Amino acid sequence: MSLTNEHIRQRLTEKFGEALAFEEPHNMLTVTAPADHNLKVLQFLYDDEQLRFRFLTDLTGVHYPERSGEELGVVYHLHNLTDNVRLRLKVFVPVEKPDVFTATKLFPGANWMERETYDFFGINFVGHPDLRRILNADEMDYFPMRKEYTLEDPQRTDKDDEMFGR
Amino acid sequence: MDQHQHIKLAEESLAKQTTTLNLGPTHPATHGVFQNILEVDGERVLQTEPTIGYIHRAFEKISERRPYYQITPLTDRLNYCSAPINNIGWHLTVEKLLGIKTPKRVDYLRVIIMELARIADHLVCNSVIGVDTGALTGFTYVFQYREKIYEIFEEVCGSRLTTNIGRFGGFERNFTQAAWDKLDGFMQTFPKAFQEFETLLNRNRIFMERCMGAGPLTAEMALAYSVTGPNLRAAGVDYDVRVASPYSSYEDFDFKIPVGSTGDVYDRFMVRNMEIWESMGIIAQALEKLKDLDPSVYHADVPEFYLPDKKDVYSKMEALIYHFKIIMGETEILPGEVYHAVEGGNGEVGYYLISDGGRSPYRLHFRRPCFIYYQVYPEIIKGGLLSDAIVTLSSLNVIAGELDA
Repeated sequence: MSLTNEHIRQRLTEKFGEALAFEEPHNMLTVTAPADHNLKVLQFLYDDEQLRFRFLTDLTGVHYPERSGEELGVVYHLHNLTDNVRLRLKVFVPVEKPDVFTATKLFPGANWMERETYDFFGINFVGHPDLRRILNADEMDYFPMRKEYTLEDPQRTDKDDEMFGR
Repeated sequence: MDQHQHIKLAEESLAKQTTTLNLGPTHPATHGVFQNILEVDGERVLQTEPTIGYIHRAFEKISERRPYYQITPLTDRLNYCSAPINNIGWHLTVEKLLGIKTPKRVDYLRVIIMELARIADHLVCNSVIGVDTGALTGFTYVFQYREKIYEIFEEVCGSRLTTNIGRFGGFERNFTQAAWDKLDGFMQTFPKAFQEFETLLNRNRIFMERCMGAGPLTAEMALAYSVTGPNLRAAGVDYDVRVASPYSSYEDFDFKIPVGSTGDVYDRFMVRNMEIWESMGIIAQALEKLKDLDPSVYHADVPEFYLPDKKDVYSKMEALIYHFKIIMGETEILPGEVYHAVEGGNGEVGYYLISDGGRSPYRLHFRRPCFIYYQVYPEIIKGGLLSDAIVTLSSLNVIAGELDA
C-alpha cells in the first residue's frame, strides 16, 4: 500500500490549511470539514493525482442533538480503488438550516443515498436533481431518524424499565 | 392524501403517443415488491420511474434501541437469500469495535458458511434468469441444491432462511457430525448437477441470443454509480472485498475473481456461475485446512461478550453472571466508530457503526449494495426492449429486503 493516511493528511492540510480536523478511529482516516467545504474537499480528493478517491462507498447521516450549531452530520465513505485506501469525510450543519451541497455531480450514485439521508434526517442537499423521500411515504412530515423521535411511544405508562438498560 | 397520486402519466405522453405501463409492485416478474412505471413506445422502453420502499421496516431506527446481539436477526432480513453473510458481517463489525480476535478455526468455519450462502444466493439469481428467459427446468433442478445448503444451515444453527447464525466471537455450537456429512454430500453431488445446469444454458444459442447485449453496464458507469459485487465485476472491474480488504482469514485462500467485459446480462450470469465454482474451491480448501486444527474450538474466548452454554449457566457462577450481564445489556461496549465491509451475494455489504458506550448502537447504517446499484437500472434499460428490462432486473439480483432495509 503506497498511499498512507499520513500522506493523505499532509496533502489535505497543504490544500485546505487549518480548516480540516483529522481523526483515525480503527485505522480509517476521518476528515471533518466545514459544511460549505464538502464539495471542494470531495473534488480535491477525486481530482488529485496522488489521492484519487473516486469511488463513493457510502453516504449517510447522523444526528447529535446535544451539539448545538452542528446537530446534523453527513458522513461520506470514500474508497481509492487503485491503492485500496478508505477514507471518511464528515460535515456538520445546524438543524435549523441543514444545507449541504449535493455530491451528485461528482458521483451519480450519490443520488439515492442523498435522497435516503434527506428522507431520514431532513438534510437539504442543495442542487440535488430530485430530492424526494425514497423509503418513507411521501406524505410524511417529519424525519424519523432524528433522535427526538423515540422508537417507543413516550406517553406509555404501563411499562417500567427503570431497572434495565442504561 | 391525494387520491390521484398513483395515476401519474409522464409529461405529454398522450401527445407523444407512448404508453405508460405499470410494472409492479407485486408482479411475478419483478421477484420482489417494487414498482416501475415504464414509458414505452411499442416495445421500446423510453423512461423508467422506480418506486421503492414497500417493505421498509426501519431497521436502522430499531437497532438504536436493541442490544447488540439482538441486531443479528435484523441483518438476516436484509439480503434474505444469503442471510449468513449479513450475520457474520455484523459480527465481524462488532468484533472490530471490541477488538476481539477469533481463532483460525472460527474463521474457516465462517468462510465455509459464507461461501455456501454465496452459492445459494447466486443459484437463485442465475436460475431465475433462466426462468425469465423461458427455461424453467434449470431452476427446478438446481433449487434442490439450495435446499441442501439450507439443510446444512439448519444443522449448524437451527434455521434455514433467516438464519441468525453465530455469535460475537464465533458460533453458538460446534458443527455436528450430521452437518459435516451433509456438507460432504453437497460437495460431492453439487458439482455434477451444476455442470448440467451450465451445459443447459451457458452455450445455449437461444439463451445467449436472449441475454447478450441486454442491459449493458460499462465499467465507468458502474464505478460512477457505486455498483459493487458481481454486477461490477461483470463490467470488468476486479474489485472484491474478500481480496481488497480480507476479513475472516480470506487471505489464506487461493481463488480467482472472475470478471466480464461488456457488463450485460450474459456477463453477469457467467460471472456468478464462475463465482460458484470459486466458492466450491474455497470450501474445499477450508475443509482441508480444518483438518490440522483443534476440532473443539468454535468460538473465541471472550466470556464477557459470548453467551455461555446453557448448562454452564445453571451450574457455574461465572457463566450465570456473564449470561445475566449479556442478556441485560450490561456488558461494557467501548465507544467508537467503525466501518466494516464484507463481500455479500450482491456486493459490498457495509456496516457503519457509531457506539457511544451504551447498550445499543448510537447509530447503525447498513450499506446495502442493492439499494445503491438499483438506481442504475433505469439507465441501462433505456432504449432496450421491455422483455430485456425484465431479464436485466433479474440479472441485477435486486433483493427487496436489502433494497428497503
